[in-house]
Amino acid sequence: MKIHEYQAKTLFARFGIPVPEGAVAGTPDEARDIAAKLSQNRYVVKAQIHAGGRGKGGGVKLVESPEEVYEAARNLLGQNLVTPQTGPEGRLVRQVLVEAAHGYRQEFYVGLTLDRNLAQPVIMVSSAGGMDIEEVAEKTPELIFREALNPRWGFLAFQGGNLAQRLKWEGSLFRTGAALFANLYRLFSSLDASLAEINPLVVTDDGRLLALDAKINIDDNALFRHPEMEELVDPNEMDPLELEASRYKLNYIRLDGNIGAMVNGAGLAMATMDLIKQAGAEPANFLDVGGGADAEVTAQGFRIILSDERVKAILINIFGGILRCDVLAQGVVEAAKAVQIKVPIIVRLEGTNKEEGQRLLNDSGIDFAVAYDLRDAAEKVANLVR
Amino acid sequence: MSILVDKETRVVVQGITGSEGRFHTEKMIEYGTKIVGGVTPGKGGQEVFGLPVFDTVDKAVSEAAPDASIIFVPPAMAADAIMEAAAGLKLVVCITEGIPVLDMARVWHYLNDRETVLIGPNCPGIISPGQTKLGIMPSPIHLAGSIGVVSRSGTLTYEVVSQLTQVGLGQSTCVGIGGDPIIGQSFVDILRRFKNDDQTEAVVMVGEIGGRAEEDAARFIQAEFDKPVFAFIAGRTAPSGRRMGHAGAIISGKSGGAADKITALKAAGIHMVEDLGFLGETVKRVLN
Repeated sequence: MKIHEYQAKTLFARFGIPVPEGAVAGTPDEARDIAAKLSQNRYVVKAQIHAGGRGKGGGVKLVESPEEVYEAARNLLGQNLVTPQTGPEGRLVRQVLVEAAHGYRQEFYVGLTLDRNLAQPVIMVSSAGGMDIEEVAEKTPELIFREALNPRWGFLAFQGGNLAQRLKWEGSLFRTGAALFANLYRLFSSLDASLAEINPLVVTDDGRLLALDAKINIDDNALFRHPEMEELVDPNEMDPLELEASRYKLNYIRLDGNIGAMVNGAGLAMATMDLIKQAGAEPANFLDVGGGADAEVTAQGFRIILSDERVKAILINIFGGILRCDVLAQGVVEAAKAVQIKVPIIVRLEGTNKEEGQRLLNDSGIDFAVAYDLRDAAEKVANLVR
Repeated sequence: MSILVDKETRVVVQGITGSEGRFHTEKMIEYGTKIVGGVTPGKGGQEVFGLPVFDTVDKAVSEAAPDASIIFVPPAMAADAIMEAAAGLKLVVCITEGIPVLDMARVWHYLNDRETVLIGPNCPGIISPGQTKLGIMPSPIHLAGSIGVVSRSGTLTYEVVSQLTQVGLGQSTCVGIGGDPIIGQSFVDILRRFKNDDQTEAVVMVGEIGGRAEEDAARFIQAEFDKPVFAFIAGRTAPSGRRMGHAGAIISGKSGGAADKITALKAAGIHMVEDLGFLGETVKRVLN
């Protein structure tokens, strides 16, 4: 789960990580009022969207008066911001974060994420702040310092000290820096984050550490023990079909093509996307209805694909195990009752109760082509796009 | 011989009183698995299919002498269930999907001190066709034989196994190692077992995007695995930065993509199957 920068900064503050003073605004007037209350005469106005690269896309404005804050907010709000990470269509800006701008003398990168090979969180810091960390890792790996944090004993104070020293922080900066790293780990572990990143963390002209940016992702699997996180979900940032799918706990991801796919199991769903591509077409989505789906959930999944206007054909690929083919067929028939199906459908059923599933589909009056195996399915998809 | 389990393996089911646990316990008994009891905290003394239910694994171990456990416990309690099982058993299979990853990080380090072997979580389990299954896979698609199967996926494994069976290639043992970022046994761990297993003559490995388990496997195979290996990688068309259903199936920046895995596997002399529809046939043709 992703959250906005302003939400992440609220969490930073709660865990003792210093952030600039400021607030989020939904209108230019609100933005000006926030600026007027700040004890600074330079301001930064930042578009709040769930995508990085905002600076490069013109989503971050540095201005010098509350009137200019108003102007900057007016220019950003309601616009589609295109960044290197949004794709060409961009993202609609609905909110801006207005903050006091601080002069700074140095920028750093700080990131905390799970290293799946070590099975432990790893904190990474670099004096090459403000840059894309992957780029730094590639070009100047010697500028990145790491500490692995064993979950058995968590963050050890000296590890914060090690990092501070490698960044050449001294005196009070050493102490506050080491503490900041410990606080970031406390945030990471108590919120079940999958990523906590500060890029950049700066040393201000008056020698203080300040998190100018904040990014937190939360482990979706852990949301059950963080009900408060639900309030931080911004449905506007989700694709409408993905949002709809998430209500039924369906794993749905919208892609760029026009062949809809409905599959049970994530691995088989990925393999089916690959198969569509190999057949010369492009998948419109990834949809895993899951192993334990019932007729109702399958019906919802099928409805979601049918409601996607780009979809020119649908491939249903089911290997029945726990999800029986007849249950899947029931769901498809159920969904098909409600809408008129205008696109060709290819159905491949294998495994538990496949004959019964096939029969249900045959009797339903829905027009579809049967694929006997994966090869046949691929061929039938290829024929459609030819 | 099969790997990890055989027809003598005595199994306790954690979460036996839940709907999934109950359903699959029945299927496993039908297949011939020696289920000796179940564990559900607070339901000790009850019975499921005539099998005793215990409050703790500890009690189950002393009363029913199991060798292994299979876990159907909900995600919130599953990590604890694994560690409970690991305290008394040598083999633990965790089916549960959706365990928080930081919980699994703790489990991983807990197991590091012990000999217990964990399969999963978020996996279909293990089957040694004709002998036993500790899992949720549909039994009829399997056939006893000499191909070892190891996979990060569920239904995709069924697809692979079914194709092998259709061309007459039976399986020694099929292991689903799980689709999470942190799992117990890795590809390399399972390959090491297949290496020492006389029954296994060739291996089919089913990988997917995310992490570097396939690259590690490629290195291991090149260095010390002398049986033919076939591999398929799912997710060649997956976009970067999106979790493709499995928590572990995600391309992060430049790492975890399918192309790197395929390159590494090919370089190690592994037969890459690019077209899933032809997997069974390809394996048969090459082995002949």
